[in-house]
Amino acid sequence: MELIGPSGESLAAHRQRLGPLPALPSGELIAELESSGLLGRGGAGFPVGRKWRAVAERSSGRAVVLANGAEGEPLSRKDRSLMAARPHLVIDGALLAAQAVGADDIIFYIGAEHRAADAAIRHALAERPADIRGRAQIVTAPTGYVSGEESAAVHFVNAGDARPTTTPPRPFERGVGGRPTLVQNVESLALAALIARRGRDWYTDKGRRGGIGMITVSGAVNRAGVQEVDFGSTMGDAAAAAGGLRGDAQAVLLGGYFGGWADVDEQWGLPLDPRSMRARGLALGCGVIHFLSADSCGVEATTRIMAYLASQSARQCGPCVFGLPAIAEATQRLATRSPQKDDLDRIVRWSGQLVGRGACHHPDGAVGLIRSALQLFADDFAQHQRRRCLSVSRPERVAVA
Amino acid sequence: MGEMLQVDRIRCDGHGLCAELLPELISLDDWGYPIVKSGPVPEHLSELARRAVDDCPVLALRLASMTAVTLKR
Amino acid sequence: MNDTLLWYATRGAGVVSLVLLTGVVVLGIVSAMRWQTASWPRFLTTGFHRNLALTTLIFLAIHVVTAVVDPFTALGWGAALVPFTSPYRRFWLGLGVVGIYLLLAIVLTSLLRPIFGPRVWRLVHWLAYAMWPVALIHSIGTGTDPRFLWMLAIEAVCVGSVVVAIAWRVSRAAPTAWRQLPAPAPQVKKWS
Repeated sequence: MELIGPSGESLAAHRQRLGPLPALPSGELIAELESSGLLGRGGAGFPVGRKWRAVAERSSGRAVVLANGAEGEPLSRKDRSLMAARPHLVIDGALLAAQAVGADDIIFYIGAEHRAADAAIRHALAERPADIRGRAQIVTAPTGYVSGEESAAVHFVNAGDARPTTTPPRPFERGVGGRPTLVQNVESLALAALIARRGRDWYTDKGRRGGIGMITVSGAVNRAGVQEVDFGSTMGDAAAAAGGLRGDAQAVLLGGYFGGWADVDEQWGLPLDPRSMRARGLALGCGVIHFLSADSCGVEATTRIMAYLASQSARQCGPCVFGLPAIAEATQRLATRSPQKDDLDRIVRWSGQLVGRGACHHPDGAVGLIRSALQLFADDFAQHQRRRCLSVSRPERVAVA
Repeated sequence: MGEMLQVDRIRCDGHGLCAELLPELISLDDWGYPIVKSGPVPEHLSELARRAVDDCPVLALRLASMTAVTLKR
Repeated sequence: MNDTLLWYATRGAGVVSLVLLTGVVVLGIVSAMRWQTASWPRFLTTGFHRNLALTTLIFLAIHVVTAVVDPFTALGWGAALVPFTSPYRRFWLGLGVVGIYLLLAIVLTSLLRPIFGPRVWRLVHWLAYAMWPVALIHSIGTGTDPRFLWMLAIEAVCVGSVVVAIAWRVSRAAPTAWRQLPAPAPQVKKWS
């Protein structure tokens, strides 16, 4: 495993390292991606080949490729690191996608705070020939959790409004300018570019057929950072590559705020590949692995996350606008050990009422998080309902102000 | 060919007329927003479902044919 | 046909239309305010609102047709269809024509709402606040000679109801006020 640091690779170095971009007939690359089982790395894990095929089928040469580098998940750093360090690989992926789905226009959608990534992509595009430069543009994604959602990205490009829209139609049917749009995470595009050069077997031979990918390790570790991993490796391996745990960890947050808490000891020696994780009822999502130290309070950490998620609602749908703050406030009361009598029951009821009732999946993600917290920290929550706390509470900063 | 009720969650303003007209299929959450039972609309409720769609003050409710609802995942 | 009958029909249908329109406007406001009780659900309000509006159209048809056909008034169809062209009380009668067109626009966009979409429907519907005063002023301006007490009383009740309803609406925050609030500022993210 290597820790990725920032240093935008030049076009010459990129070509020397990886060789030229292969010229594959578009149908062939899509078939290769489908049989590789490559899953999207933005968090949803949708099969990449299938998505490209869906866009290609509707394209008639009018499609658009949107390389999604918004990375609104606070605990994730892989996309910005990838764009900053290997911009040409991302651009290659976008070009291959454009060719495969029949798109002339490519948009790089880069989060406003990711300045190194933005600079690197700009610089890299400047190194490319004029015909490629002419097809590409960089759009700066507004800061915010939901601005990376695919319909929000399309909405921003179309109308300057980075809020999700009602689907159907989804971007692959009608997106930028009403045209079929492939919205794909930048890491997925980079991996597609590698698979195009090295073949599907190069990917499926690794990681228990889950291939390789990037994760962000943070929290109670000595050297937090972005890693490139073979997905056959374990959580223990990821922690070791991050300099080992700093003290004891009581829980691990997988997939970021859109994911959920899991038991560290249970998961420590188990592989990270998608199939095994799904079998255990877990998902790596956008690759976040965040360790919660043993002398923090799980309820307190969860409260901070819920407050953040509630604040990041796009404020378009009633259940999300009212339900998330309600859950966040009840969790807050529990965290400060001044709960109302029914707070735990209310949280459970409201969570049940929120699933699938927003235009986007933001409320679903929040519900997933609080439910995993209620399960893993069941004892802590019960104690807090009785106005006690199991931890010697030193509030740990969980990546929110 | 069955029909399904779908709510445009962004348009919906929580008026609640749909739940009044079709309590068999639509209930309201703690904040007045509709929770729609999944699955096709039964034959005998089809007329009421149509009325609920027409009466929604913001046109957030619609009836979609099940064959048109393609599940991407 | 008996001239007096036509004349009474015109005036009678006109007054009924005004009363019905007042009811329509008040019910519209009640609906927007989402008022309901255990025994009066919201679909009753919206149902009455719609049915009274459609009933008004019938009485307005009687009002206009009898007025044009009546040989005493010397109104041609032109005066009924083109505002401010009648030889008789040109301005006040013209207002009536304008009022009917406004009402027709509102009713048409409402009946064909799936086609026009909610935004257009809403915009046109706001014209109701122009349509009702126009109808009222038309009624006062074209009202025939002696001002009967009962007529004044009816007008007073109509005006009073609408004023009270509007005052009620203005006094409360809109139920969807939360949509207008600015989104909270994105929090600075510090990474541990």
